Amino acid sequence: MIPALFFAFAALLVGCSLMVVLHRNPVTSALFLVLAFCSLAGIYLLLHAEFVAMVQVIVYAGAIMVLFLFVVMYLNLKRDVEHGVHLALRRGAGWILGALLLAEGVWLFGHRWAAGPVSPGEVLSAPGGNTQAIGQVLYTRYLFPFEITSILLLVAMVGAVVIAKGRGPHARRAAPAGTTPEPQEPA
Amino acid sequence: MAAVWDNPDLQFVFWALVKIVVILFTMLTVVSYMIFAERKIAGHMQARIGPNRVGPFGLLQPVADALKLFFKEEFTPEGANKVIFHIAPMLAVIPALVTFSVVPFGPQDALRVTDINVGLLLFLAMSSLGVYAITLGGWSSNNKYALLGGLRSSAQMISYELAMGLSTIGVLLLAGSLSLVDIVRAQQHWWFVIFQPVAFGIFMLTALAETNRAPFDLPEAEAELVAGFHTEYSSMKFGLFFLGEFANVITISCIAVTLFLGGWNGPWLPEQLKFLWFFAKLGALLFFFIWVRWTFPRLRYDQLMNLGWKVLLPLALANIVLTSLFVWWRAQG
Amino acid sequence: MIPLSWMLVLSAVVFVIGVVGVLVRRNALIIFMSIELMLNAANLAFVAFARELGSLDGQVFVFFVMTVAAAEVAVGLAIIVNVFRLKETVYVDEINLLKG
Repeated sequence: MIPALFFAFAALLVGCSLMVVLHRNPVTSALFLVLAFCSLAGIYLLLHAEFVAMVQVIVYAGAIMVLFLFVVMYLNLKRDVEHGVHLALRRGAGWILGALLLAEGVWLFGHRWAAGPVSPGEVLSAPGGNTQAIGQVLYTRYLFPFEITSILLLVAMVGAVVIAKGRGPHARRAAPAGTTPEPQEPA
Repeated sequence: MAAVWDNPDLQFVFWALVKIVVILFTMLTVVSYMIFAERKIAGHMQARIGPNRVGPFGLLQPVADALKLFFKEEFTPEGANKVIFHIAPMLAVIPALVTFSVVPFGPQDALRVTDINVGLLLFLAMSSLGVYAITLGGWSSNNKYALLGGLRSSAQMISYELAMGLSTIGVLLLAGSLSLVDIVRAQQHWWFVIFQPVAFGIFMLTALAETNRAPFDLPEAEAELVAGFHTEYSSMKFGLFFLGEFANVITISCIAVTLFLGGWNGPWLPEQLKFLWFFAKLGALLFFFIWVRWTFPRLRYDQLMNLGWKVLLPLALANIVLTSLFVWWRAQG
Repeated sequence: MIPLSWMLVLSAVVFVIGVVGVLVRRNALIIFMSIELMLNAANLAFVAFARELGSLDGQVFVFFVMTVAAAEVAVGLAIIVNVFRLKETVYVDEINLLKG
C-alpha cells in the first residue's frame, strides 16, 4: 500500500515538475507547481511528517504560489514564444548538464546510500503526532535560528515594500496611491 | 474473499468511503436548502414572502433551481483559457468538501470520517487553497470585471487568512492539541468562546471574508464589477461556484462550532444524541451568516484592507500573547 | 517501508529538473519557480533523512528552508514587478542594464 502510494505521488511530482519547466504558459506552470507541492506534501505524509506536510500546503501552495499567480496575472504575461520541444532542442546544453548532474547524483546515492529499508524512528512515530515534538525542538535547541528567521522575514518584508513602492518618476506614476503595499489593479 | 475483507486497511478505506458518500449527499441537501433558507429569510427581512410557488411553502424550490441550472446553456467565452476555465469551478467545491473529513459531528467514531492529529492544520490548508478557484476563474474568463474580481479576491483572502490562522492559535494553546476531536473533548465544561471571545469574533469576521459573503463580497460586487469573478460562468459551472460558496460557509461554520462553541457538547441529551447539539449550533451559525448578509452594507476596498491588516491582525496577535500568559500562569499554579 | 535511496533518487530527479529549468528558460518567473523546485527537493532529502535517523532536526530545517523561500519570493517578485514596470519584459536575456 505505502510503496504504491509513494510511486503514485513520486510520478505526480516528477511529471508536474517537468510540466513546470516545459509549459510555455506561466499560469499553467504555476498551477503545475502547486500540484507538485501538494504531491510532495503527500510524500511527507508517507514519511510520518504530518506537520511538515500541512505546513507545506499552507505555506507553499496557499501563500507562495498565490503570490506567484498574483504577479503572473498582474503582469498579464502571454504564452512564451519558446515552447516545449523547440526549447529542448535549442537549449540542449542545459539538458545535457542536467542529465550529467542527475547521473552523478544517482551514482553517488547508489554507492553510498542504498542501505535497504529505513529503520523506524523512535521520536517520529509518536501516536499523538510529531507536532509537539517539533515545537519542543524548535523552541529549545533551535531557538536562536528561529529568532534569526523572524529578523529575516522582517527584512524581506521591509525590502519588498521598499522595492514595490519604487523611486523613479515612472515607478511613482504606477505606485499605489493608498497606504497599502499591495500592487494595484492594472490600468 | 474473507481474507481480503479482514485486511484492516481495506476496511478503513471502505468505511471511510461510505461515510464520505453519506456526508456528500447530506451536504448537497443542506446546501440546497440553505440557499432556499437564505431566500426565504431575506424575504422576511425585507417584508416579503420569498419563494413559495414550488411545492408546499416553496419547499421544492431547490430542486427546481438545480434543474434550471442543469438545462441552461453552457457558455465558454472566446479567448478564455479553456482548461483552467473548466477546472476553476471544481476547485471551488473540493477544498470545502475535503475539510469535512476531519469534522467530528458527534462523540462516536461513526460520526466522523477520520480523526487526524493535524486536523486544524488541514482545515487551514484547505481554506488557503480555496483562493485558487476564484483567482483562476476570474483570470481564465478573459473578462476585465472577472479579472478584477479575481485579483481582489486573492488579495482579500491572503490578508484575512492570516488573521484567521492566528485567531485559532488561542484555542490551540488552551486545548493543547491540533486534533479536532481532542479540542472538542477539552470543551466538556467550558466552551472556548468564553475564554476566547475576541478570537471568536475575529474568526467569524474572517470567515465572512474567506467565504466572500457580504459585507466582504468585493470579489463579486454587483454594483461595480457586474458579477465579479463569475461574470462569464453559466449553467452548472456557475452552479458549482454557488455550491462552493455555500459549502465553504457550512465548512467554516462547522469548524467554528468545533473550535469555539464546544462541538457536540451540551446539556440534557444522552451520549447517542449529542450530535444534535452540533447541528443545532451549526444551524444558528448558518442563520448568523444569512442575517449578516442582509444587515450590513459592503465595505470599500481600502476599508477592507485596513480592517484586515490594522485591526484584526494586531488584535489576533494580542490575543495570542494574552492567552499564552494565561496558560503559563495556570501552569505555574 | 520506503527505502531511503528511493527518496534520495526522487529528490535528485526533482532537483535536476529545477536546475534544467533555470538553465533553459528565459522567463524570470519560471526560473523562480524552478528555484522553488530545487528548494523543495532539498526539503524532501531533509525529511527523508530525518525519518532515517529518527531525529527531528531534518524536519526543523525544512521550516527554515520554507522561511527563506517565503522571504526570497516576497523580495524576488517585488524585483520582477519593478523590472517589468521599467523594461516591460520578464525575459532575463532582455534585462541587460549592466551591459550599457
